[in-house]
Amino acid sequence: MATFEITTRSVKGDLKTDTMILNMGPQHPSTHGVLRLELVVDGEVIVDVIPHIGYLHRCFEKHAEQMTNYQQVIPYVDRMDYVAAMGNELAYVLAVEKLLGIEVPERVQYIRVIMAELQRIASHLLAIGTYGLDLGAFTPFLWCFREREKILDLFEITCGARLLYNYIWVGGVSHDLPSEFGKKLKDFLKTFPKALKEINDLLTFNKIFIDRTANVGVLPADVAINYGCSGPMLRGSGVKFDLRKNEPYLVYDRFEFDIPVGEGKMGTVGDCWDRYYVRVREMEESLKIIEQAWEQLPPGDVHSAIPKKVRPPQGEVYFRTENPRGEIGFYIISDGHSASPFRVKARAPSFVNLSVLPEISRGYMIADLVAILGSVDIVLGEVDR
Amino acid sequence: MPEILNVLIASVIPLLFILVYAVVILWVEIKVASHVQDRLGYMYTGGFHGWAQPIADLLKLLTKEHITPERSDKILFTLAPILVFASSYAAYAALPFTSTFIAANLNIGIFYIVAITSFVVIGILMAGWSSNNKYSLLGAMRSVAQIVSYEIPTVLSILTVIVAVGTLNLQEICEIQKGGLFSWNIFKYPPFMLITFLIYFTASLAEVNRTPFDIPEAESELVAGYHTEYTGMKFAMFYLAEYANMFLVSGIAAILFFGGWSSPFGEFLAGPGWGVFWFVSKGLFFVFLQIMLRWTLPRLRVDQLMYVSWKVLTPISFVNLMVVGLWAILK
Repeated sequence: MATFEITTRSVKGDLKTDTMILNMGPQHPSTHGVLRLELVVDGEVIVDVIPHIGYLHRCFEKHAEQMTNYQQVIPYVDRMDYVAAMGNELAYVLAVEKLLGIEVPERVQYIRVIMAELQRIASHLLAIGTYGLDLGAFTPFLWCFREREKILDLFEITCGARLLYNYIWVGGVSHDLPSEFGKKLKDFLKTFPKALKEINDLLTFNKIFIDRTANVGVLPADVAINYGCSGPMLRGSGVKFDLRKNEPYLVYDRFEFDIPVGEGKMGTVGDCWDRYYVRVREMEESLKIIEQAWEQLPPGDVHSAIPKKVRPPQGEVYFRTENPRGEIGFYIISDGHSASPFRVKARAPSFVNLSVLPEISRGYMIADLVAILGSVDIVLGEVDR
Repeated sequence: MPEILNVLIASVIPLLFILVYAVVILWVEIKVASHVQDRLGYMYTGGFHGWAQPIADLLKLLTKEHITPERSDKILFTLAPILVFASSYAAYAALPFTSTFIAANLNIGIFYIVAITSFVVIGILMAGWSSNNKYSLLGAMRSVAQIVSYEIPTVLSILTVIVAVGTLNLQEICEIQKGGLFSWNIFKYPPFMLITFLIYFTASLAEVNRTPFDIPEAESELVAGYHTEYTGMKFAMFYLAEYANMFLVSGIAAILFFGGWSSPFGEFLAGPGWGVFWFVSKGLFFVFLQIMLRWTLPRLRVDQLMYVSWKVLTPISFVNLMVVGLWAILK
């Protein structure tokens, strides 16, 4: 289906039509938080989109400089992408460890991989669930949440928190895996593929769902690269780039897994359906990683490498990892004598991915904009920081 | 005097029915939704599975403040919900609940219902325009476009039935289908009546703004569509009208295709009392179908909706009408 022709036309005689400005948000059911979109619309056809952000700005970067030490930044990092907190912690902690130049025990690395991948599944479940909600399908949302609960339960028995964990510490993790973790994880690994199939049957391959998402919001690969998109946004456009494979960190090079990319199965490569389906398939790949990691999990002490004092030498570091929403990077400068970072800069994937929204939504209808915004999958906590 | 009393009774019974039915179906909708979504829903209010929750909701809506937006057109704003509810309530007059009760036995019953329910469009447009809100206006415009386009396949499929039975009187349409399951219209002219029913059911979903055609009030796009600015009992009127319309289209489906109040076993379990039972349960079955559909399907886009109406349903129902008409003449 082609996009609509944008016409601000003057009809015969004195009748004139004009564009209208429609404010979508900050209080709107499907802007996924406090995002305000200023829409210039011609009837229901979108002429332009101007995102206004900053409603959730919390001065994260300034806060990070004011802390008494490096570890205190971790809870703040949690609150950036609050539905994938583990991933944020991981990126920050790895950056600090790189600055310190310390090596962590193998067990810690494996636990971190398991947690990061569980978090990826949880985050994608939320993404596809709310995406269904955006398109008017209520049931998949609650089915996704049912599965997400199981992952949150796993996190809860491990570290006591369900959303913002402060679990991954510099040099280790806060708690070792509890004894019942293995059984519960295996239960989850066994039941999840079935649940995923149910969601696929109900939503992914639903005719109406495909009609709504295929050929909508097409993001060509070159545009995606030029805007710096990452994660499912980039892979949905057919670019096979995943930091877990291209720049392996932790122990990711030891596992077998694929990188799903958009193939244009239902329409054009890089449409909303492709981005959505990349997320679904990434969950399957994450399952594979968790299975392998659990089998190879070595024994050891998770606290042995935690440094008493974190006082990195003078220098700077940039470290990036693959978060559920894309590439998250931390740039940290240490002045060499104080216990807190001199400067912390976060590269937030949602922020970068959101910047491409006006580019891909011109010429579609308001209903499509909701579909496109949902497929970008932003978390405002991370966009505004 | 007895004349007036008769009229009063005849008009109060459908109103009572709508109110009782609305409370019940609100509860059913929430419970069905909850169980489809693997959760429990209301569990506390009133004891057994929260049966009193819809009543509590209704009381809450009754006691809420009426907020009228400052720069709205106040007369139209107040009038709109009344018009919407009144037109669907008026349609109940021609609905035969059983062989002995029909509020107004019109000889053009079905025509009257189609005509009177068209007023809903005006009410919705009034609501959207008078709210002075862009979302409301967009919702109202969508709604009008949708209802007007879907009236065509609806009416064409109703016309097909009328061609087959040869009367516009709903009571007579039910009479004709008396005598068991296989004398129902749905089994006549196979398979064309079945196709007619499917078209009617699909189009009626759009007429009452239910998923997958709930575009006018698309929550994730237009907040609440044409009733975004409404609060309290005015909002409840729209809600009530929606549920009343749901039963109305289901009831018409039951009358036109499934024998209305006639028993599926011929003379067995027939009679005026059982008639009410059969009619209401057939109607509720289709309401239940609508509810199940709502919690299963995503929603279409405006242009796709128009496509379905003009390029799929209308041509098919037209051909269908021709075939059934020809068949009826040749028979």
